[in-house]
Amino acid sequence: MSQIAFWGAVELGLVYAFVAVGVFLAFRVLDFPDLTVDGSFPLGAAVTAVLIIAGVNPWLAAAVAMAAGAAAGIATAILNVRFKILNLLASILTMIALFSVNLRVMGKPNVALINADTMLSPFYGLGLRDFYVRPLFVGVLVLVAVVLVWRFLESDAGLAMRATGANARMARAQGVDTSRQIYLGMAISNALVALAGALFAQTNGFADVTSGVGTIVVGLAAVIIGETLLGARGTLIALVGCVLGSILYRIAIQVALSTDTLGLQASDLNFVTAVLVTVALVLPRLRRGGAA
Amino acid sequence: MIILDNIQVVFGKGTPLQKQALNGVSLTIEQGSFVTVIGSNGAGKSTLLGVLAGDVLPSGGRVTIGNTEVTRKGTAARAGLVARVFQDPLAGSCGALSIEENLALAARRGESRGLTPALGSRRRAHFRERIAELNLGLEDRMRDRMDLLSGGQRQAVSLVMATLAGSKVLLLDEHTAALDPGMAEFIMNLTQKIVAERKLTTLMVTHSMRQALDFGHRTIMLHGGEIVLDVAGDSRKTLEVEDLIAMFRRIRGQTLDDDALLIG
Repeated sequence: MSQIAFWGAVELGLVYAFVAVGVFLAFRVLDFPDLTVDGSFPLGAAVTAVLIIAGVNPWLAAAVAMAAGAAAGIATAILNVRFKILNLLASILTMIALFSVNLRVMGKPNVALINADTMLSPFYGLGLRDFYVRPLFVGVLVLVAVVLVWRFLESDAGLAMRATGANARMARAQGVDTSRQIYLGMAISNALVALAGALFAQTNGFADVTSGVGTIVVGLAAVIIGETLLGARGTLIALVGCVLGSILYRIAIQVALSTDTLGLQASDLNFVTAVLVTVALVLPRLRRGGAA
Repeated sequence: MIILDNIQVVFGKGTPLQKQALNGVSLTIEQGSFVTVIGSNGAGKSTLLGVLAGDVLPSGGRVTIGNTEVTRKGTAARAGLVARVFQDPLAGSCGALSIEENLALAARRGESRGLTPALGSRRRAHFRERIAELNLGLEDRMRDRMDLLSGGQRQAVSLVMATLAGSKVLLLDEHTAALDPGMAEFIMNLTQKIVAERKLTTLMVTHSMRQALDFGHRTIMLHGGEIVLDVAGDSRKTLEVEDLIAMFRRIRGQTLDDDALLIG
């Protein structure tokens, strides 16, 4: 694997670290299996791309993308909390609806950002090679996000959210409005995923309506790889695990695709992903089985 | 202070399985009074507790806790007024959170929850102190996950959690039923100590007639969703389990066929 391919994988891993943290909030903290992310990732990309082309500041464009993602998460939460639709189904409905929304936002299936100013533009040409600048830039943002989410989860408000996912009845008895926690958690989760979409568009120079397919699996893969490697030891370790899992996942994919003897091609990506996630899911089980 | 006024609760209204769980229950419990509630299965004990906690919203009547009318308020909205310990040790605390996180959660009951760190050093010290009073050695395990504790230890921590936020009403839902006899006794003594120290208005549902008479100031018996017996003061002091059964037979004019009521 070339150096450029390696740093490309790290960069993509860092972009998807936001997805991993978002998926961690929904699946692990709130115990809400949320497939909305397959729609909110391209939504973030679409909103950012369209706004940047319209001349909006790329940072502001990313912020608007996050707001759009939050709205998508709230839509799923409303279907589940207000209308009592099963959580998984509620998120599938939003995801399907978002496919049309994303096409409307972009007006076409694919928008290119060639030569447009992005959040990264000021950092190119400062002496560092481009393929270092991108992962470094995204890495700093990931660091900020991880610290913020960590501080939140360790606060009174975050504790209420964790209790909602772990034991909703107890949470209510302690005065926690569990419905509100689900709204809030789904909003934060999908805002992070939309931010990943926004960064994806800005680092890769395009937004595509199909780029969201399998986002949930990639996010889950990262979460599970992180848990397998670091174990369950507090919120900070779990969040670091999400980031690490996301990067390792991308490197593993890159290795699998660039190893000629395996004879894999880019279109095999989804199959490789499914195998990787399965292995990550089965490994801890086998280990426990062996010990018992 | 708790006032229940003509409470009506109907489950499955309009279906063949319609059941009048509570039928015109009126009950006034003075501030600081400890009331025990007995009754056979299906008598309405848990429903009564649910009406007070907010899990069950009555179809008729008024519920007042302290000076606040809470009839239409849900569980979370009235949690600041009512603390509760469940029968199932797993239900009253969060297994996935640590002991101190559970306490932090309970300490903010009924208050807004902001972005302040849930476990600052002052709160940590305070929680540690409160847990140390249990003499169970749990103060050195504050960062352990709650699900590593035994059922009795969890109930003990739940009792501490119930007193952290300063609500004046304590609801106990057969909170020793899932424990071994030794641990049940420990929890009951702890309950009595906490209730006396903090002058809590307490309602304890129990399956044990013995427990119902040994603890508290007043005992009520429910049957078919109605209060059929209400004893307090001197008449209660001389009361034995056998008397309770005899009274029950007389009031209802029927034989007692529920073994659960006799255990005790």
